[in-house]
Amino acid sequence: MRSREPRSTCSCAACKLLKRRCGPNCIFAPYFRSDEPKKFAIVHKVFGASNVSKILIEVPEEQREDTVNSLAYEAEVRLRDPVYGCIGAIALLQRKMVELQHDLALARARLALYAATCSAGIANTGSDRFNMTALAEFPVACGGIMDGFSQTCYELNQDAHMYDFTQIPYI
Amino acid sequence: MGSGRCAACRYLRRKCTDDCILSPYFPSNNPQRFVSVHRIYGASNVSKLLQRLPTHLRAEAADSLYYEAQCRLEDRVYGCVGLIFLLQQQIHAAESQLIKTQAEIAVMKSQVQHP
Repeated sequence: MRSREPRSTCSCAACKLLKRRCGPNCIFAPYFRSDEPKKFAIVHKVFGASNVSKILIEVPEEQREDTVNSLAYEAEVRLRDPVYGCIGAIALLQRKMVELQHDLALARARLALYAATCSAGIANTGSDRFNMTALAEFPVACGGIMDGFSQTCYELNQDAHMYDFTQIPYI
Repeated sequence: MGSGRCAACRYLRRKCTDDCILSPYFPSNNPQRFVSVHRIYGASNVSKLLQRLPTHLRAEAADSLYYEAQCRLEDRVYGCVGLIFLLQQQIHAAESQLIKTQAEIAVMKSQVQHP
C-alpha cells in the first residue's frame, strides 16, 4: 500500500546540504531554515552535522535556538580567524576591560582628590592616596587559562574589526 | 609500536604515522585533550583546519580549539560565546561608570576653579 505520508517539499538547510530527506522530526529543521543555507554550511564546516546533532539532543528544546546561534557565531569567528577563533575575541575584550579598569581607577582617584580639595578648601593637597577599590568592583571574567593567549592574540590580531561584537544573534 | 601513538591515533585506534598532523598537538600523555576536541569538532575537522594553517601557527590553533571545546563541554548552550557576552556586559557597565565619573570630575573641577 502506498504510504500516505507526504513527501517533504521543503527540506531544511541542513538536509539540503546533506542531500537527505527532511523528515518531520528533523532536529535541524526548526533552527536551520532553507532560506539561510550559509548558517548551516558554516556550522557543518567547523563542527560537523553529527556533532551539532549530538549537542542539540543534549540541551532542552527551549534552549536549542540559543545553542544554534552560539554555534553559528563561534563557527563564523573560527572561519574568519582559523588560529584563535573566539579566543582571540575574548582576549581583546579582556584587554579592553583591563584598560577600562585602569581608567576607572584613575578617574575615581581624581574625583576623590577633587572632592577632598572641595571639602578642605585647599587648591592642591598633593595627596597620592588612590581609591583602588574600583579594580575589585569589575573583576575581569575568565580564569588564568586565558593568560597565555592574551598577549599573543593581541599582537597577532591588531585588526580588531574582524570581531563584530554586535552580531551575537541572541542579544 | 602501539606505545608511540599520539592521543588522537590511540583514541581512533589507528596507526600513528610519522607525518600525523595531530601528533604534535595531542600528545599521548594528555588523552583528555584530544577527547574534548574530538567530541566538539571531530578529528577530521580538526585535521582539515590544522592542515590549512602554516606550521608555526598550528600549536596556537590546537590550544584555542581545546579551550573552546572545554567551554562548550561545560556550557552546551553558549560555550565560550557566553563569556564574550559576559565581557561585553562588563565593559558596558565599566564604560557607563567611567562616563559618570568623568562627568562628576567635570562638576567638581568647575567648583574648584570657580568656588
